[in-house]
This record gives sequence, structure tokens and C-alpha cells, in this order.
Amino acid sequence: MNVRLYIWQRLTAALMVPLLLVHLAVIFYASRKGLSAADMLARTRGSVSWALFYGTFVSAVAVHASIGLRTVLTEWTPLGTRASNIAVIAFGLLLAVLGFRAVVAVVLI
Amino acid sequence: MSLLARRTSPLWLAALVHRLSGLALATFLPFHFLTLGLAIAGESRLEGFLRWTDQPLVKLSEGLLVGLLAIHLLGGLRLLALENLAWREGQTRLALAAVAAAMVVGFVFLASVF
Amino acid sequence: MAGTLQVSLWRGGSDGRYVDYEVPMRDSQTVLDIVTWVQRNADATLSYRFACRVGMCGSCAMTVNGRPRWTCRTHVSKVASNGRIKVGPLENLPVIKDLAADMQPFFEKWQRAQGRFAPSKTRTDPIERIAPDSPARLAANAAIECINCGVCYAACDTVRWNPDYLGPAALNRAWTLVNDVRDAANMERLTAVAADSGCHACHSHQSCQEHCPVALNPTASIAGLKRKTAQAYLRGEIKP
Repeated sequence: MNVRLYIWQRLTAALMVPLLLVHLAVIFYASRKGLSAADMLARTRGSVSWALFYGTFVSAVAVHASIGLRTVLTEWTPLGTRASNIAVIAFGLLLAVLGFRAVVAVVLI
Repeated sequence: MSLLARRTSPLWLAALVHRLSGLALATFLPFHFLTLGLAIAGESRLEGFLRWTDQPLVKLSEGLLVGLLAIHLLGGLRLLALENLAWREGQTRLALAAVAAAMVVGFVFLASVF
Repeated sequence: MAGTLQVSLWRGGSDGRYVDYEVPMRDSQTVLDIVTWVQRNADATLSYRFACRVGMCGSCAMTVNGRPRWTCRTHVSKVASNGRIKVGPLENLPVIKDLAADMQPFFEKWQRAQGRFAPSKTRTDPIERIAPDSPARLAANAAIECINCGVCYAACDTVRWNPDYLGPAALNRAWTLVNDVRDAANMERLTAVAADSGCHACHSHQSCQEHCPVALNPTASIAGLKRKTAQAYLRGEIKP
């Protein structure tokens, strides 16, 4: 972990604090109301706000989780720095691809 | 004995919980995204999956995940505060309060789904 | 006589083993007393370090029942569990022999963190006036009493998991110098601690603060370094 990675990780963390609180509120709302898939999608389909919200969330978590995972790999596994870098970049890309696909899935009309 | 001898301070455990919850969430996320991606195929696929998650065991796991999310958030706030605000005493109490808060969040979620 | 203690001492190098001794119990006995008794009465080949034996120099630091401590300041009555004590060399360092650890990596990291003062003036310049209650001086004073005993380094799990990590003592010293207005090497110092395995590798377990016999707080010093390096990096002053 160096200063560059540190700043990226702390900034995405700080960014995600309000995003997470909204997400938790969404989870609670949906489960209290017993929303079905149709109910949820009716709210998200065609919504630019939800697209921006979750698009930002996915981007931030892909960066944040990758950097965090890198630390765990270098400290707790025999993997060296180079191998860990490759592994977490791959993981970050996986999260980004799957995440944006999910955003598209719920937002596309 | 000696491996755990001095690793019982609440702040050390807070760091461990933060790391383990992060790993759990990182493992969960790809599946979460894949599930939501079912909506591409239309509402019925996603609806089918959501009905599957109505099982008590799945709901319990969801409660656990929500709790892990809350504890990871609070652990992260601990670090952001420690690194950017003036040093404060009583961090142990705060760490324990954070655990309690995360458990409350998890339980409230479970109460709302059962 | 009050009884005997079952004492296990590490013997040999890194591939050594614990050897048991029976040591007579005495009032107000310290762990250093026990180790000394063994060397004088049971086995003269035992190697260990001490100097002042009154809790000032830090030379007698060892691992006692899993925790790094100054053995001259550790009363047996406080740490013996069921009359047993286990003593080994400081962790996270190579073993020279028995209870003596090799402090060389510890001091190499001190240098790598630029933990040495770089003068900015000559003897012909006027003396720098420093207000003792200036924030920078207060910050430096709070961390300055380190005597390099290595206990924090031995207690740190991040050192254990990441052998390249500079460690709490070296970073704590770097922090005191960052706050010293007379020092001329701050950009190099911030660059050094902002690199891989520098201050940002710290996870704030606070084991260092918990174990420091002089009640220093390297976690707070390292937090300060994180802030300073982040600011310097964002301003383009350092490029690690």
C-alpha cells in the first residue's frame, strides 16, 4: 500500500458512505413493503437518477474492493506483489463488468 | 496459546472484523450483481429468484450480510476518523458500540422480513 | 523458600527449541532475575541482553508468555500462569542465539524511513527559535522519547505479515523529524514513508501503542504521516 493507492481507497470509501446509507434505506424499504421484482423494476426502469447512483456505486466499490483485496493477498497469502496486482485488477474488472451489467439490467426499458 | 496471547484487544479485533467482513462482502458482490443481471431476461427470472430467497435460511444469510455491511462501514469510519481527526481516547468503547450498532441493524432487517 | 517456577527458555538459533528449567521463586522477582539465575546457576551458555536493569535502556526486551516486554520491569507474579513462564527472543527479528534477537533489520528500516536529522544551518547561523508550545513542537515532543527497544516492532502484526513494512518505531521517529522545523530533508522523508510498505501499510491495530513501555503512540504518529504524505502527494510535492 502506498500513498496513491491509499488516497484512492480512502476517497472511494468516503464516497460510498452516503451511497451505502441510501442503499441500506432502499433495502429496508423494499423488504418492509414486500416489493416484487416487477415493483422494483417499475421504479428503476428508465431512471437516470438510479443509473447514476448505482453506476457511481459500482465504480467506487470496484476500486475500493480491489485495493483492499490486494492488501489481504500480499499480507496473508504467499502471492508476491506482481501476482497480487494482476489478481486484483482482474477482480476489479469482474466487479465493474458484472456491476454495470446489473445497472443496465434494472435501468434499461 | 501465544498466537492469541496478545491479540484480544477490542481494537485489534475491530481491525480483524473489518478485514473479514470486507472479504465476505467482496465474495458476495459478484453473485449479487449476477442476480440483478437476471432482470435482463425479464421480470419473471428475477421474480423467481426473489421467491427462492424467501426461505428462512436465505433470509438469515441476508440479515448476516446486512450486519456485515454495517460493521464494515463502521470499521471504515473508525479508520477515517483515526487518520483525519485529532486523536481521541475511549476508542475501545466506540469500537464496542459499533459492533452493537451493526448487530442492531442486522436484527432490524431480520425483523422486517420475518 | 516459597517454591519453584517452571521456566521455558528459547535455546539456539531460529531452528532452536524451548528448554525447561526449575527456578527458585523469590519475592518481587522479575523475569530478568529469572533469566540471570538460569545463566549463573543452571546453564552458563545461556545468551541474553540487559544493561541498566532499571527500566531505562530497553536492552532487556524479550517475548514473555507471548507478549514483548522489558524483562527487568516485568514482575513474575504478574505474568506467571500456574507457576509457568515462557521466555523467547523478540519476535519479527532474526535470532542470533537464545534470547538475543538481531536488531539490524530494525535499524535498517530506521534509515530507510529517513529517521535521521538533516541539518539546514551551520554553526555560524543564529540558533533557530522554536516555541515549545507550537503545535509542531508539541507533536514532536509527544513522540520523541523512543529508545529503540524494539517492543513495538515485535508486537506489530503488520510487520509480521509484511516483512518490508517500515514498522512503528521508524515511522514514529520520522514523524518527530517531519515536525522539526530545523530539518532540511522533509521531502525525501515524506517520499520514503509514502512508498510501498510505508506508513500507509499500517492498519491501526494499535498493538504498538498498547505495548510501548514508554507510553508512546506510534499509531497517532503514523496517522499524522498519512495526512502529511497525502497532502504532499495531492500538491505534487512528492512522487513516490
